[in-house]
Amino acid sequence: MIDRLRLFLTPDRQADRVVPPTGHTAWLTGFTAGAMTFLAVFALALSMAADRLADRWSDALARTATIRISAPADQMQAQTAAVLEVLRTTPGIAEARALSDDEQKALLAPWFGPDLPIDALPLPRLVEVTEAPEGYDGEGLRQRLLAEAPGAVLDDHTRWRRPLATAAARLNLLGGLSILLIGAAMAAMITLAANAALAANAQVIRVLRVVGAQDDYIAAAFVRRFTLRALAGSAIGAVAGMIGIALLPPVDEAGGFLTGLGFQGAGWLLPLLLPPVAALVALLATRAAAFRKLRELP
Amino acid sequence: MIAFDNVAYNYGGGELLSEVTLRLSPGSFHFLTGPSGAGKTTFLKLAYAELQATAGRVTIFDRDVRSLSRDDVARTRRRIGVVHQDVQFLDHLPMAANVSLPLTVSGKAGDPRDLTDLLAWVGLGQLADALPPQLSGGERQRAALARAVIMGPDVILADEPTGNLDWEMSLRLLTLLVELNKMGKTILVATHDMNLIRTAKNQVAARVLRIRNRRIQLAGADL
Repeated sequence: MIDRLRLFLTPDRQADRVVPPTGHTAWLTGFTAGAMTFLAVFALALSMAADRLADRWSDALARTATIRISAPADQMQAQTAAVLEVLRTTPGIAEARALSDDEQKALLAPWFGPDLPIDALPLPRLVEVTEAPEGYDGEGLRQRLLAEAPGAVLDDHTRWRRPLATAAARLNLLGGLSILLIGAAMAAMITLAANAALAANAQVIRVLRVVGAQDDYIAAAFVRRFTLRALAGSAIGAVAGMIGIALLPPVDEAGGFLTGLGFQGAGWLLPLLLPPVAALVALLATRAAAFRKLRELP
Repeated sequence: MIAFDNVAYNYGGGELLSEVTLRLSPGSFHFLTGPSGAGKTTFLKLAYAELQATAGRVTIFDRDVRSLSRDDVARTRRRIGVVHQDVQFLDHLPMAANVSLPLTVSGKAGDPRDLTDLLAWVGLGQLADALPPQLSGGERQRAALARAVIMGPDVILADEPTGNLDWEMSLRLLTLLVELNKMGKTILVATHDMNLIRTAKNQVAARVLRIRNRRIQLAGADL
């Protein structure tokens, strides 16, 4: 095993020369590795962005809740005060405050415009609740609100958070699956290219066998060549993909997910792992193809 | 060196060789003759383990061919020089690199002076940098012989080496084979060229084998 590894890793110009240059398979292997790595960089960026988004959404929604008070106008003040009192005495609540008329107006402005006559509308009063790190007992709070302020409804954002977190997790999974499929497609393409090169060089292989070349020697000449081509093509694809990601618009709240598709910090190093992985895929695919072909020969 | 013990070979469409028992002793010179399609090439392929006998036993350097792994076969072939009628080279490499190919694949660094001497011996000293497609038939056969002997093999097997050559070139190649035999190499030449065999018998103590009715017989005075 060690001898085989040494044979593969030791540069041998003579051994490399015994296999004639094969134009179209060289081009195909390099191009395939480059294109697949380019796509893999985007799949990786998608996966990481989805991961970040899931964390962000979970964080933002998990620490807050809203209480909506729907009551007749003459009871609104009293029920709001009751709700705030309940919240003040509830363990696990860090902060609670009723939104002012102006804040509620601002919330509705995107839909109804800035001139909404809020006083004339029977709008519910909203109370923003910020959770303490230790959390609160949601069911207990609901029971107390029901007793003290019958018009108050607690919305802990679960119904928003769960589908968003699920969607983000699935996007993350899709990104990972895409990388696996890209790797498999690259292995298939490189296997086809290697088979074509081996078939085109059947006479060369026969001559080498007749003069006493061992299978490892013949396979290594092909495997080394395809591995290096895949490594070079993949490196170009990775750099191109990273440039493409870097040229995307910067993160912007308004743009949301679309402008957050990129790498952050040490995450920029991850695409650099793709070329060695592509080279490993090429090595395994070519080696399997070479030995399969060689076993057919006497 | 190489021994056949009651060997048969069946291509699937019928038996080509049958009950072949033969021993190539060290330093011997044999011709193998017979009509086209009689099995001369098959016999040679059995002798360097490119084919495996369908019955009987072939031993090369005292090892049963059936017991050899693929790597063993490759190592064994380094001790056997083979010259084919349709000799094949790596067309993208210069002739000198082709001749030294057995050294290259076995990881040995040959002495460049030895290579120069070898090329001069086969009369190709001026063509070291030529590509194989640029060589004539005779030059290719001599280059094949040089490639076959560069590892200092114990045995040289030649399959119709003069098939595409004129008489003068055939004699030149024969002379090289006789010289190798005098150096102690075991030689087996498959040919249907009776003139070549008669000429050789004047120079070397060669035995002539003939394939007839799927069997190999020692040919007699009719040659």
